[in-house]
Amino acid sequence: MALAARTGAAWAVTLLLFFPLGWLVLTAFKTELQAIAVPPLFVFTPTLANFAEVQQRSDYLLYAQNSLVTSVASTLLGLAIAAPAAYSMAFFRTRRTRDILMWMLSTKMMPAVGALVPIYVLAQTAGLLDTRLALIVIFTLSNLPIMVWMLYSQFKDIPPEILEAARMDGATLWQEFRQVLLPLAMGGLAATGLLCLVLSWNEAFWSLNLTSAKAGTLAALIASYSSPEGLFWAKLSAASLMAIAPIVVFGWFSQKQLVQGLTFGAVK
Amino acid sequence: MGVVIDTGLAAPAAANDDAAREKAAAAPRVERTASRALPRLLMAPAVATLLLWMLVPLVMTIYFSFIRYNLMQPEAIGFIGLGNYEFFVTDPSFATAIMNTLLLIGSVIAITVVGGVALALLIDEPFPGRGIVRVLLISPFFVMPTVNALLWKHMMMNPIYGVLADLWRFFGAEPVDFMTDWPLGSVIVMVAWQWLPFATLIFMTALQSMNREELEAARMDGAHYLQQLRYLVLPHLGRSIAVVIMIEMIFLMSVFAEIFTTTGGGPGDASTNVAFLIFKQALLNFDAGVASAGALFAVLLANIAAVFLIRLIGKNLD
Repeated sequence: MALAARTGAAWAVTLLLFFPLGWLVLTAFKTELQAIAVPPLFVFTPTLANFAEVQQRSDYLLYAQNSLVTSVASTLLGLAIAAPAAYSMAFFRTRRTRDILMWMLSTKMMPAVGALVPIYVLAQTAGLLDTRLALIVIFTLSNLPIMVWMLYSQFKDIPPEILEAARMDGATLWQEFRQVLLPLAMGGLAATGLLCLVLSWNEAFWSLNLTSAKAGTLAALIASYSSPEGLFWAKLSAASLMAIAPIVVFGWFSQKQLVQGLTFGAVK
Repeated sequence: MGVVIDTGLAAPAAANDDAAREKAAAAPRVERTASRALPRLLMAPAVATLLLWMLVPLVMTIYFSFIRYNLMQPEAIGFIGLGNYEFFVTDPSFATAIMNTLLLIGSVIAITVVGGVALALLIDEPFPGRGIVRVLLISPFFVMPTVNALLWKHMMMNPIYGVLADLWRFFGAEPVDFMTDWPLGSVIVMVAWQWLPFATLIFMTALQSMNREELEAARMDGAHYLQQLRYLVLPHLGRSIAVVIMIEMIFLMSVFAEIFTTTGGGPGDASTNVAFLIFKQALLNFDAGVASAGALFAVLLANIAAVFLIRLIGKNLD
């Protein structure tokens, strides 16, 4: 295919796929009237009023804080639990390692809704409805299988001889971990952490069902804008933009690592 | 909660490492006997928490499914045998929900795999602005489902003010009321839009390890583009296609927010999947008993999907 044709086709498809997101950005800077203009407006004088109003009306910062705290905490907690397990599986394989890995992944295949009633009842009994703690625990648990898998497939690529050599030289377990394994596994840990952060930030099922005004995340806040009667598209867009911008920009910078990690090491 | 499955996924991929490692393990390792407990200790937190995460809800769900349990009347509890199951299965929504779940998963996987391969091939070789294209393409993957859903429902698909309505009018057609006329189709579009970038990026990564000389040789021998695609490119992508299907299946079984924020499962049950049906029973009808019976059907469904997955992936990783 000629270069010009290929370039044209690639850009056309890309712009088409990116259009909804671009439109969201444009709408966020319109007035409410401009937002529902027929035909749709492409050229207009941008306004920042929507952003201020979103913060005023629905306390954006509180929800953003909830999103940040729950996703960072669950990522760190998840790494702390998953990394030792993955290390153990990658470097001390037994006959059962494979079965355990498969079992872990299978817990992820169960739709979350299957556990909704029990988890709701448990959270209610424990007084954890609408708390960040409940979300942190649930995000950690539901991401754990994928984290173990990703880390396992990354650790597996590290030659065990390197660790053996360190051990021969009298390194303690902590030194072995800190000075040998960690530098080698940094890429894998980062990819896993990044993915977990994205998944938790965007998680909507549990935050919609277990939280409301106190511990609600941005994903839940946006859902509250879904009332059918109001045509507040400009404000909806501004709120949406503020909800996705941090993680989308974050994703742009980490996409290469993310994709490598997500293939479970099966695609090189 | 869990799915009982046979091992197999990791087997072929790890076979080589296995052999090497078993050899290494056969060599004398003095210090190992003392630290047998260590690997288990390191694994314990993950295994224990996941075991709890699976078993506690499962046992509770099984218990709830046999009792009369309405969240609004927690005192009116009594054993009702298979009543909840009967209610859930004979509910006409049940068959519709299963069909919708399968349609949703099937269509999204088909769209993303076919579209993803095509897109990956299109941007495989360098062209001006490839870096920017890559960044723009991946973006929808990072958009949270609730934003995705509302963006499409209002600004794209609104029958009066939406961009698509304007496009329809431009071509002289009557604008479609997507949420009413094509509810499931609309949800499929939203979910596919989210997952297409993911598939594209995985395939792009896989294409980069393609043997260019082989392709060149095939071209020299007079293989035209479709033949190269059929005999060289697609076999090379087999593994990554399996990975994409596996990951998407895991996430697509529980599509919820897109339905919750747009169609609410309607009109009628037209866009209700199994996940949303259980949700409706639990938190809209407050009937925890029936919802639990439904949840156990979801477990069953997940089992079937898992068995299917293992077959598929196991074959492809050989």
